[in-house]
Amino acid sequence: MSHLPFPILIIVVPLISAFLMILLGWLRKSLCYLLLIFVLGITTLSSFMILEEVLWKGSIHYRLGGWLPPWGIEYVIDPLNGFVLLIVSTISLIIGITSKPMVEREFPERAIYFYCLYLLQITGLLGIVITGDLFNLYVFLEIASLAGYALIAIGEEGAPFASFNYMIYGTIGACFYLLGVGYLYIESGSLNMADLTKLLPGLLSSKVTLIAFAFFSVGIAIKMALFPLHVWLPDAYTYAPSTVSTLVAPLTTKVGAYVMIRVMVNVFPPTFFTETLPAALLLRWMAGLGILFGCLFALAQKDLKRMLGYVLIAEIGYIAMGIGFGNRNGLTGAILHIMNDGLMMACLFLFVGAITLKGWPRKIDQLQGLHQTMPLTSAAFVLSGLSVIGVPPTCGFFSKWYLVLGAIDAKQWLSAAILLASSLCNAILFFRVIEKAYFGKAGNEQRIERPILKRDEAPLIVLIPLWVLTLGVISLGLFSGTIISNIIHLTIPASF
Amino acid sequence: MEGTISIKPLLALGTSALAALLILLTGERRKNLREGWTLLASVIKFSIVASMIPAILQGKTLEWTLVELFPGVSFQFRVDSFGLFFATLASCLWIATSIYSIGYMRGLQSASQTRFFFCFALALHGALGIAFAGNLLTLFIFYEILTVSTFPLVAHKETEEAISGGRKYLAYLLTGATLIILAMGFTYTLSGNLNFKAGGFLKGHGTDPLLILIFFVFIIGFGTKAALMPLHEWLPTAMVAPTPVSALLHAVAVVKAGVFCVLRVILYVFGPQLLAELNLWLLLAYMASFTILVSGMFALAQDHLKRRLAFSTINNLAIIILGASLLSPSGITGSIFHIAAHGFMKITLFFVAGAIYVKTHKEKVNELDGIGKAMPVTMASFAIAALGISGIPPMAGFISKWYLCLGSLEAKEILFLFVLLGSALLDIAYFVPIIYHSFFKKPTGDPFPQVDEASLWMVAPIAICAIGSIVLGLFPNAIFHFFEIATLSAKNVLGVP
Repeated sequence: MSHLPFPILIIVVPLISAFLMILLGWLRKSLCYLLLIFVLGITTLSSFMILEEVLWKGSIHYRLGGWLPPWGIEYVIDPLNGFVLLIVSTISLIIGITSKPMVEREFPERAIYFYCLYLLQITGLLGIVITGDLFNLYVFLEIASLAGYALIAIGEEGAPFASFNYMIYGTIGACFYLLGVGYLYIESGSLNMADLTKLLPGLLSSKVTLIAFAFFSVGIAIKMALFPLHVWLPDAYTYAPSTVSTLVAPLTTKVGAYVMIRVMVNVFPPTFFTETLPAALLLRWMAGLGILFGCLFALAQKDLKRMLGYVLIAEIGYIAMGIGFGNRNGLTGAILHIMNDGLMMACLFLFVGAITLKGWPRKIDQLQGLHQTMPLTSAAFVLSGLSVIGVPPTCGFFSKWYLVLGAIDAKQWLSAAILLASSLCNAILFFRVIEKAYFGKAGNEQRIERPILKRDEAPLIVLIPLWVLTLGVISLGLFSGTIISNIIHLTIPASF
Repeated sequence: MEGTISIKPLLALGTSALAALLILLTGERRKNLREGWTLLASVIKFSIVASMIPAILQGKTLEWTLVELFPGVSFQFRVDSFGLFFATLASCLWIATSIYSIGYMRGLQSASQTRFFFCFALALHGALGIAFAGNLLTLFIFYEILTVSTFPLVAHKETEEAISGGRKYLAYLLTGATLIILAMGFTYTLSGNLNFKAGGFLKGHGTDPLLILIFFVFIIGFGTKAALMPLHEWLPTAMVAPTPVSALLHAVAVVKAGVFCVLRVILYVFGPQLLAELNLWLLLAYMASFTILVSGMFALAQDHLKRRLAFSTINNLAIIILGASLLSPSGITGSIFHIAAHGFMKITLFFVAGAIYVKTHKEKVNELDGIGKAMPVTMASFAIAALGISGIPPMAGFISKWYLCLGSLEAKEILFLFVLLGSALLDIAYFVPIIYHSFFKKPTGDPFPQVDEASLWMVAPIAICAIGSIVLGLFPNAIFHFFEIATLSAKNVLGVP
């Protein structure tokens, strides 16, 4: 089989460019942004080609250095990670385009290092998704996390502390994951996922395997900010610079969710976490509590960005709950929600970035008159907010629909009730903001310096990507049937 | 029944979506052009809908499938007789309301008119989508579009009261919507199907207790929009909205959409046979009867004219549900026909309330003494419509009530006959004093000037709708074959050749 070298390009190009970025920054600072867009363009294109090839010809196995698995590192792309790969690279490209004005406004002197870290972050995330090797996954996990700590620390006052906090949590999570890898290696002698899939069914009774699974689960749960291991998230994403939170909020947690699906459903036999261990039960409980907790805490927030942080925790709960149902509909909903939530969160955080760019405060009760000065930006917020609530035909409805079906199939009535109650809670959350932005009287005392009714939209370089994401939020819902039957159904193991 | 493929439903929906977009783009600066879009779209949309009538009368259904959403369920429009009935009504009354709302909004020099007309077009889009939806999921998509687009209309005045009215509206309707998701989920899990079928598709799936549960979750979900008591509380509160909104959305599009959905569930998801087997129809009929009588009594107690009309709406919506739940040919025919009859008459009443408000800023019933002399055409229309709702011939209300009474006899439940007659008496009790006082009593405060009607933009739609309700009563088939379509739907549902 002769493959085009896209699987390796998608990792190597951003990795090398990250270091070139520093050199280029010394020569000519203005070119850095162009290099970023160029590299992200290549990764998006490659991920698109990869997914197309996977869908046409089946899984791709790319052996690094020609070493045969299970000894060498292998990149394996099946429909599941091909799909996640496309989501990660597309969203990172769209967010990358919008980064320029925000970087110039918030930290122009650190632009070069920002772009370098941005590429490292993307390398890490893409690497986590593409690799077929558990230890290699750890390496990329650390690359992504370290870049993330640094990116978040660039932010406003409070960011270094939030980043430090995140680092401690993140490191514990990564250690747990690594311990899991170690235990599994002791027991099976292999690190290759495909190899482990074959070996593990015979080793399930061993206590070492059980411990490995436990370490994996907790480590990944920290990385994906699953309640109650979410504590690092609200601070980190609130204090991070706008463009960083727009990048990491939709992607990092989703990639964590992908790893959870990969490990629980693919590497270990799917029946292991549903039947052998009460892991699925535990996951559902954590997810359910997380959804409620995220929604309720979001209600208590006055800062829009922090509110979105808690909404994100609830959204992670949806994905975890979908996995926890351990059936076809639930997993479909979870995988679909990885895409939908990525889009919605990118859209919402980008909205916050756009209004910050125009000097608006992030306090919810100071948004009066926003729709008059920034009509298009606020319309995008309304639409993506409706999607989080789960109003059809936006995409958020469809993932919720599959999750509800999953709950019914699994006969988890409490979970179904939580899912539905949370969408009501989200309705309160978002209509509270919409009401302020649209129906609050304009020109209140805090913002007298801005003349009423004068248009002052975000620059096109932000507005167009924002609307591309919004249109995605609206239209991908209607095409979810196509996406599910062509991609997601291929990713679900036959036993479900 | 095989459907004919036709792009007309899509075109009709596209018209209102395009109109909404054009209204938004035109904006506040070119008012006349913006209102031009509304009028143009309402006329085009109505012509497209009306052009489907002949095919439907021949017994065809028109279909257009856009995209498959998940196995067995597509984003699909399927126009059958019942859907077309609602679509014709909504789109025909949209024309009248567009003319009226131009007069009303300009008469009051209301703010944010672009938002108003945009949301209005979007709400009509939702109503039409509900009418044309071929399955529960498509219906639900448009149901939510209707819910969300009505929120800015209710909160339009941006006062404390308006915003809290809007909040209440959303709280009720979104809660209802979540229940619908649950009920749909159960339905799909049980039957793997969500496509409407005349006579229902759920028969033979699931156990009885589960089906009863699903039925009630559906009824509570859609019942919030249909203002079935005790889920009606949002409707009187939402009367803070500008009158054209109350008129079209709370007499025709929104609440009628709720009733339409309830009827879809009764007749096209569960079906008469299944409901009869489970004895659910009787329970639903009792719920509706309760609402009919209690809301009639509430209406008596209201001093605010629009609130009185709101309770009268709740009353009539429950009458429609009662008729359908009787599951007899005349009952279903009467119930479907009442959707149109009540639509024409209630919109007239709301239009009148709005015209009085624009002209005199009076909203209370006891302030209307002697107003008939000042606004003779307006109040005469009010009298016609009010008497029609009470069921007095020759207005349209008589025909539907007659058939509903026949329906209760066919169902061999004499109790519901008395409920219907009792409600007619209540109607008279709360409408006739208004008519009497406005024509025959001397004004208490300042005397009204001799003749001082509202602008022609408002009076013309009022008169047309009032005349419409008489014509509909005398010649029920003259206006767009309403009666024939209603009979056809009843036959399809009951499987009678």
